[in-house]
Formats: sequence, C-alpha cells, structure tokens
Amino acid sequence: MADATMTEIVRPSRLALAVRYIKRNKSLAVGLAILLFLIAFTAIGFMVIDPRHAYPLSAAAKKPPSLQYPLGTDFFGRDLLAAMVVGMWQTAAIGLLAGGIGTVIGVVLGFISAYFGGWIDTIIKTVCQILTPIPVLLIQVVVAGTLDKRDVTIFMMALIIVVLSWMGTTLVVRAQVLTMKERQFVAVAKLSGVGSMGIIFKEIMPNLLPFIAAAFVVQVFQAVFASFYLAVLGLGPLREPLLGNIIWSAQGQGAFFNGWWWWPIEPAIAMVLILGSLALINMGLDELANPRVRKTE
Amino acid sequence: MLRLVIRRLLFLALVIWSASTIVFFIPRMSNTNAIRERFAELSRTGGFAPADLEKLIEAYTKQFGLDRPILEQYQDYIVNIFQLDFGYSLNRYPMTVTDVIMQAIPWTLALLIVTTILSFVIGNLLGALSAWPKAPSWVRAVATPFILLTGVPPIIMGVLLLFFLGFRLKWFPLGGAYSIGLVPDGSWSFLLDLMMHQVLPALSLILGLVGGWVLSMRGMGITIQGEDYVNFAEHKGLGAGVIFRDYYLRNTLLPQATALALALGTIVTSAVVVESLFGLPGIGLALNSAIRSNDFPVIYGIVLFITGAVATLMVLMEFVYPLLDPRIRDE
Repeated sequence: MADATMTEIVRPSRLALAVRYIKRNKSLAVGLAILLFLIAFTAIGFMVIDPRHAYPLSAAAKKPPSLQYPLGTDFFGRDLLAAMVVGMWQTAAIGLLAGGIGTVIGVVLGFISAYFGGWIDTIIKTVCQILTPIPVLLIQVVVAGTLDKRDVTIFMMALIIVVLSWMGTTLVVRAQVLTMKERQFVAVAKLSGVGSMGIIFKEIMPNLLPFIAAAFVVQVFQAVFASFYLAVLGLGPLREPLLGNIIWSAQGQGAFFNGWWWWPIEPAIAMVLILGSLALINMGLDELANPRVRKTE
Repeated sequence: MLRLVIRRLLFLALVIWSASTIVFFIPRMSNTNAIRERFAELSRTGGFAPADLEKLIEAYTKQFGLDRPILEQYQDYIVNIFQLDFGYSLNRYPMTVTDVIMQAIPWTLALLIVTTILSFVIGNLLGALSAWPKAPSWVRAVATPFILLTGVPPIIMGVLLLFFLGFRLKWFPLGGAYSIGLVPDGSWSFLLDLMMHQVLPALSLILGLVGGWVLSMRGMGITIQGEDYVNFAEHKGLGAGVIFRDYYLRNTLLPQATALALALGTIVTSAVVVESLFGLPGIGLALNSAIRSNDFPVIYGIVLFITGAVATLMVLMEFVYPLLDPRIRDE
C-alpha cells in the first residue's frame, strides 16, 4: 500500500509546472499572449508588405481602409499597414535597446552602491534623489530638441532615452542587494573565503534575477513610452514611421477635422496593445518575484 | 523644524540647479547653432536668404552674449534662472519667455487642478469602497474599468476619446480652446462653449489617472481591514460610516498624499502632450509651437519652469504631512 502511493508521486516536468503557473498568473498569460500577437503581426507583416511603402510618397494619399490598403493611407502617401509594421519594429528596437542598456546601467550602479557602500553609495544615492523630482521626459525634450532633427535616428533616440532612465532600476536593485547582503548565506560564503565577485555573481545575482527581469520590463515600458512621448511632440526622426510620429503628423494635418479618422486611431490602438501587454507582463512578474502577493487559487 | 525647512529648501535649490545645469550644457555640447538654425528656418518659410548671413549671426551671437567665456555665461544664466528670467523668445520677440509662460499658465493650471483633484478624490473613494466588505456591489463594477485603463497614457486616451466622443458621436468639439469666430466675452453661450472644449482634454487625463489611485487605495484598504484597531472599533459598535471615515480614510491619507506628490511630475508631463493634442493654448501648445519653430529659449524656459514648479510642489507637500499626521507633528 505504502509502496503504491510512493511510486505514484511523479514530479511534473518543468514545462508542465511553467504552464500550470502561467494558468494561475492571468496577467502574465494575457500580457504574453498580446506580445506574441504583436510579434506575429510584425513578423508576418514584413513578409507581406514592402517596407518602402511605410515612407511618404509611396502610395495614393488619404485613402480610407480598403482591400488594396487594409489600414488606409495617410496625407503624405504612406501605406499605413506598412507604416504600422515598420513602426512596430522600430518601437520594439528602441524599447529593447534603451531598456537593455538602462537595465545594465541600473543593475551595475545599484550593485556598486549597495555592495561597496561608503562615499560611492552616497554619491549614487544623492544623484538618484536629485534626479527623481525632475520630470525626465522634459529633460529628454531638451536633448531631442537641441539635436538637428535630420541627425536623429532610431539609435540616437534610444541613446537620448537611456541617459536619464536608469535611476529606478538603480534604486530597486540597491534596496534588494542591501537586504540580500545581510542574509546568512552571504555571510557563510564570505567566511568560506569567496571573493566579492564570487559573492555578487554566484550568491546574490541568482536571487535577484526575478527582480532584474521585472526591472527590465519596466525599463522597456518606459523607453517605449518616452520614445512615443518625444515623437508625439515632433521630436522623433520625422521621416520614420514611428507610432508617435504618425500621431504627430495626423494631428498637425487636422486628421479628425478632415475626416481621416483611421490615420491617428491606428497607431493609438497599436500603442495601447504594446504598453498594455508590457504592463500586464510586469504585473505578472511582480507576482512571480514577490511570493507574498502571489495568488493562491 | 526650522532645520528641516532649511534642509528641504537647500534640496529644492539643488534640484533646480541640477536641472538648469543640464539644460545649460546639453545645447552647448551639440554642434547645432540655435541662431543659425533660426535663420535657416526664417529663410525656408519666408523665402529669402539674408545677404550678410554670417555678419547677422555674429551680431545676434553678441546680442545674446554667446561669445563670452562659457563659465561667465553659466554664472549669469544660473542667477537669472533663480530670478525667473529665462531670456527672450526668438519667435515672438520682444516677448520674454516668462511672458510666454505667463500667458499660457492659466489654461494649464485650470486643467491640472481640476483633473488632479477629481481623479484623486474619485480614485481614492472608489478604491477605499471597493476594498470595503460592506460597500454596495456597484462600486466594484465601476472601479474595474478604471483599473483596466490605468496603463493607457493620457495622450492615447485623448486620441481615442477624440475619435469616439468627438468624431463619431459629435458630442464634443475636436480641439481648440473655443469655437473659431466666437468673441471671448463673459456671456453664457461663450462660457458653455469654453467648457465643452475642456471636457475631452480633462477626461483623457482623469480616465488614465483614476485607476492608479483605485489600485493603491484598495491595497491599503485590504491591509487595514485586518488590523486589530478596526476589529476593536467594530466590536465597540461604531457605525460603518465612522469606521470608514476615521479608520480607513484617515490612515491612508498620508501615504496617498506622498504618492500624489511623487505623481505630480508625471501628471504635468501628461498634461503637456494632452494640451498640444487638443490645441489648448496652455504650456503644452507653447512648447509644441516652440519645438516646431526652433524657439530654443522658450523650450528650455518651459522645461525649467515646469521642473522648478514640480520640485517646489513636492517640497511643499512635505510640509503638509504634519497637518495630516499627528505622529509627525509631535516629532
């Protein structure tokens, strides 16, 4: 009898566990589903459309959605379906680039600040505190507004955003490392002669991964939002079909006054999907990282 | 207390100084020349090229003091900033940047005050009620859509509202401060028209902001429910209204006020784009047209002005805490 029950306990595979967890974590599931849809849209889109049609003077102007142009065309003669596909790809590129660099800077500074302490910690913490009340988006407006608009590229845009968007991650990582380094397993590692680098990378880092993942998603969200914000104010690379640029030019041409409703509404919906999926994934990761708020269903 | 005030004021000065320093040095690190840019713009739109362009640029450079040593310029600049002097607008000369800001600020202030207060009050009440077991069931039905809207930035909300309520249903006008051709007198029909033009911008901010307050307030409400003093109050036989007001709301006031102070920067930056989307003649539109016409002093002036205002408000909020929380008052 006892033998029978013993053999029946089979540890589910990691994949099964992951699937089971995602089923419980609704926001992570929905967020990932939207993200997959967007990726599929962009990937399939690139196979179907000609990226050149995303640029002005490549299609008939001001056509409402039809069979030939499923999403219509704008005042400047862009095929909006092509513009959406290219714009989505560029938004993702900016988000991943700026988000990735921002996360690396934040994690490194947070670790240095918390682990080594002393005057380095004081400097990093003070800089973060001073920069926090400054509306970062507006400083980015200054940077982007100063540049010659012909020089602004997608890559440039990502760099502008990175310069002032690492403080959040720095503070989160710093706080986590501060509590982590007082834990007993770190003390044990220290006593057994593990060096600073060993403790940072082998003892503390693995425990921080969920937090770093969540911080990365937040960074990507902020980068996407910042690039959108700058572009909506007309500070993006004006020729590129960035989603914010499309709204900016639609607004400049009075799209709603003239009845070209599809022009501003399409990038707006795309942006809702992008930001919504990132926000949901972030909420889901939060639950993963903080077991205390994890739902037990 | 005095020491705290001095410390916070020093911090405020440090924040404004840092922002000014960034805004001073960034343009000087780039190789674009604001004055040359401006003339290029003029010749593009005006269709003429000044004959002695180089001389003209030189004269203007001298006029704006850009030929002096950089540290000397920096010193003057910082002194001027703290006197709220941001120089002249290039595009609307002889107006100063301060004039441009002052002309636009009433619109922005009205929009900000109305939306911030409304969203804060509605969000907190909905949040507290939806965490409260005795609340009527419609509360949760109202609160959920707001929570779903939290992630939508106000500018996108603005585009969606323009489409549905403005373009499709034609309930509200599509932009501007008031209908073209109307004389801005104090008459009722004008005021009504004015109000109608403010509804969509205000809604796009409010709809996105309420959800955040609902979420944080509900979280706190659930925590408070488990507290012993709430149990005790219930067993003591206090009425539901008293518990809700004096035990729920009172205890969440301080953290929510702190959150409001931290959110101010985001709210203001959102209002800037919403204004420029709807063409309200506030700070946002001033910034937008300054960007379109390369009016650099106005761009920098507006950014610094907003930064200073937000930082000042945040510090002021800290002095409100003792009024909200007796524990801080006693210290």
